[in-house]
Amino acid sequence: MQVTQNRPIGALAALAAIALGATACGGGDISKAEQSNASASSAAAANNKCGTINMAVNPWVSYEASAYVVGEIAKSKLGCTVNYKELKEDVSWQGFGTGEVDVVIEDWGHPDLEKKFMKDKGGDGSAEDGGPNGNKGIIHWYVPPWLAAAHPDILDYQNLNKYAADFKTSESGGQGQFLGSDPSYVQFDEAIIKNLDLNFKVVFSGGEAASLEAFKKAEANKEWLIGYFWEPQYLFADVPLKAVKLPPYTDGCQDDPAKVACDYPDTVLEKIFSTKWAAKTDDAGVAFVKKFQWSNEDQNTVAKYIAVDKMDPAAAAKKWIDANPDKVKAWLG
Amino acid sequence: MTTTTSPGVTRRGRAAAAPPAIDPRPRWQPALVILLVWFVVWLFTRGHDTLVLLGRDKTSVMNALNDFRDHMLAGRDTNPLMRITGALADAFRSMVTWLQRLISIPAEPRPVPRIGWLGVTAVATWLGYALANWRIALLTLGTFVSFGLFGYWSDSMDLLIIVGVSVLICVVIGLPLGILAGTKKRANGVIEPVLDLLQTMPTFVYLLPIVLFFGIGAASAVVATMLYAVPPLIRIAAHGIRSVPATMIEVADSLGQTRWQRLRTVQLPIAKRTIIVGLNQTTMAALSMATIASFVDGPGLGKPVLAGLRINDVGTALIPGLLIVAIAIMLDRGTTAASERADVIARGGGLKPPVHRALLVGGGLAAVAALWLSTQKFWAAEFTDRGIGRRIANVADHAVDSVTSSISPFTGSIKDGITYGLLNPLQSFIAESPWWLAFLAIAALAFVLGGWKSFVPALACLAGIRFFGEWHNAMITLAMTLVATLLCMAIAVVVGVAMARSPRTDLAVRPFLDAGQTIPAFVYLVPVLALFGPSRFTGIIAALAYAAPVAIKLVADGVKGVSATTMEAARSTGASRLQQIRKVQLPMARASLVLATNQGLLFVLAMAVIAGMVGAGALGYDVVLGTTRSEEWGKGAAAGITIVLLGILLDRIARRAAEPAPKETQWLSLPRGRR
Repeated sequence: MQVTQNRPIGALAALAAIALGATACGGGDISKAEQSNASASSAAAANNKCGTINMAVNPWVSYEASAYVVGEIAKSKLGCTVNYKELKEDVSWQGFGTGEVDVVIEDWGHPDLEKKFMKDKGGDGSAEDGGPNGNKGIIHWYVPPWLAAAHPDILDYQNLNKYAADFKTSESGGQGQFLGSDPSYVQFDEAIIKNLDLNFKVVFSGGEAASLEAFKKAEANKEWLIGYFWEPQYLFADVPLKAVKLPPYTDGCQDDPAKVACDYPDTVLEKIFSTKWAAKTDDAGVAFVKKFQWSNEDQNTVAKYIAVDKMDPAAAAKKWIDANPDKVKAWLG
Repeated sequence: MTTTTSPGVTRRGRAAAAPPAIDPRPRWQPALVILLVWFVVWLFTRGHDTLVLLGRDKTSVMNALNDFRDHMLAGRDTNPLMRITGALADAFRSMVTWLQRLISIPAEPRPVPRIGWLGVTAVATWLGYALANWRIALLTLGTFVSFGLFGYWSDSMDLLIIVGVSVLICVVIGLPLGILAGTKKRANGVIEPVLDLLQTMPTFVYLLPIVLFFGIGAASAVVATMLYAVPPLIRIAAHGIRSVPATMIEVADSLGQTRWQRLRTVQLPIAKRTIIVGLNQTTMAALSMATIASFVDGPGLGKPVLAGLRINDVGTALIPGLLIVAIAIMLDRGTTAASERADVIARGGGLKPPVHRALLVGGGLAAVAALWLSTQKFWAAEFTDRGIGRRIANVADHAVDSVTSSISPFTGSIKDGITYGLLNPLQSFIAESPWWLAFLAIAALAFVLGGWKSFVPALACLAGIRFFGEWHNAMITLAMTLVATLLCMAIAVVVGVAMARSPRTDLAVRPFLDAGQTIPAFVYLVPVLALFGPSRFTGIIAALAYAAPVAIKLVADGVKGVSATTMEAARSTGASRLQQIRKVQLPMARASLVLATNQGLLFVLAMAVIAGMVGAGALGYDVVLGTTRSEEWGKGAAAGITIVLLGILLDRIARRAAEPAPKETQWLSLPRGRR
């Protein structure tokens, strides 16, 4: 038994030794590239250095679009090292303190997290506001277009109870079904329904893909569906969902999650930075990300490349970057 | 993943304790009486005291859990526990990064990893030959080449790295613990319940506290994987040592050796074969957990699967999913063959030494050459992606799309039938009972079905569920679990009996069962969602896909175990095929049916969290909510604990109620709550 074990292990050791020796010799085309990389990066370090960007990638496609456009520009134009980290919102914020995350590129507002991590809100100061990213976030209750056309009065919440029975499903226990989304998103629908005395029950789709699928199917098959949805989202190009009017948003009407009875505010989407990372004033990557802003249309374009054309997010970003040199230049200038 | 090898283990365990067909005590009548009383009281009290907790409402216990979390996070730099876990996390992270730079990601300033695909593939293939045989070498070669061919080289390497590091830690921690549990009765008394807990806990429940202590990324992935994978190794190692014949130990002792000598010269060598089986199971478990760890940014093939889920693209999720299956088959067959070969060689068999040695040396030299090339030349270092994976993904995506849209009216009616006919009534019965009624009734059922031994744990679990404030959701999850288990057993009996009666069916079905157990559950969520929409039924289907393979295998093996003479006797009395199955095969296989039900229950429950992601709500939803929204962490933790309590509750009742085989066989087959 000992023989059989020792033989391969001994041989493996010899093999590893030879391999290490071989690596040390160098001489192939890779080591040339390595040397040129090393000298290039030291040259870059001399005049315009860019360090590492740990980019959180939150789980919806439009976020992915922004993250990869920023990341690929930083990589290809500035020579930064970019690490994409696929994380939910909450976990991303925890990563600011440990240095695992430097940038959240599209934040939809998290008072709870801000209180915990931002200095001016009373937190530990590991995160800071990076200013708007140019996108405007719109959250509403939506119905598929066919339904809005067939029953125009459905677009007012006061008429919803009239139709509650039509929204009934096997899941909604006698009430109308309201389709919630990914649990990590900002949602107050249960409270709104309760406080407005609507005869609906929230059923959570679980994620962006499921909500999307449900609305597409509802429009195609003329099914009754009402649910939480948002813009920017590439679905609107194909299926222009119609928003249902709720009591308008006023300042503070969503402060107590249990008492919400108003619509969602339009959100100026923000960049959030790790304080330590953002403090690197001589880092070209930091300067660029601070400057980055783009429109909902641009974002939708890239999101569509990813979700509809099934492009790899990095490739989708590259396609947009190549097509929009002026915008890219403005950010880098 | 109890996957491919576990049936072997279960079979062995059961054979050792051939089930004596004990007549069940007539305890079903009192159980029926309790159900009847429950029903009558329910008629008058339904809807009262159901303890419904709205989406964002929290109990004081949940708030206390939140405070605990905040306290731990705030003390990240001062709290000794947090500092220890922080240091461990750093160590794991740097170990993984070092390995990644070696074979998976560019080792800057190098534009490629230190060792390229050709070198890794060549060495792995050579190892497959050196440790096992040429078949395994070919299998390894094919698997590694397919990583690159489909465009997932780096993710595949990452997955192997996480599995490798975790298994290494498992061995370092698990072997001593296993030896301890095998030699010291008292140590076993402590270790066993902890393992029970680890194995009944759905894997998503682990992730919540682990991320708190180890941060996101590779460190958490390693820790979660290790925790999930170590129990089988400890259990099986302990079992191996315990089953060394007493006479052999006596002989050795009579020679006057110390306890250490006894362990080294008698117990360990004899238990070696068993321990390798444990290592195999640990590796397979590690593979399945490492995939799930992508939810906390663990590197590996789980990531592209998740990305596919995000854009609702079956194809994108399918290819990495299949690669995971390929890795599973490679590791399983590889470790099994390696251990068998060790045996063969020990007995002087195997290839003729000169031929073998020549191949070994020649292959080794070729591997070294490949290794050297892969450090020097781009073509040997980087696998150029030819888009093959993408093309196959697109084809798969279109195929699934057209199938789902054409059969969705049909599946829709199945969904409605089961939801309205079975699930909704059961849920309204259990979940709309006042909590005290359900509490008393379940405790009473536990008593009449399993006596004191299940009554006491049942009472404790029920009290715990009440305490953590997720009562209503727990009852909804219970209803779903029961329906899913019922469906699971229906499928298991039909398919299992068919497999047992026809070897050809067995041969055709078994690979699908293996794959079903290995593919991460979220791969098949996409088409299931398209078919059934977000609903509890979708959750049930996901649970079925996970639990049914295990149950089917158990039933098939059990029915096959009915002796040939018994069947001959049955046939000679002129019994029809249906009579044979109903009167002879199923009753004789009763022990495995019971075992299958028990496993089915726990596997289904383990999927509760996945179900929560596809619209099933209840406990699973709250766990997902807790992992994703910081202010709901306490609620998620409470829901996670409740799932565990529910699992223990069901397991204890089911075990005792069925008078199972002796304990020794029980734990060998205890399911691991994957995800």
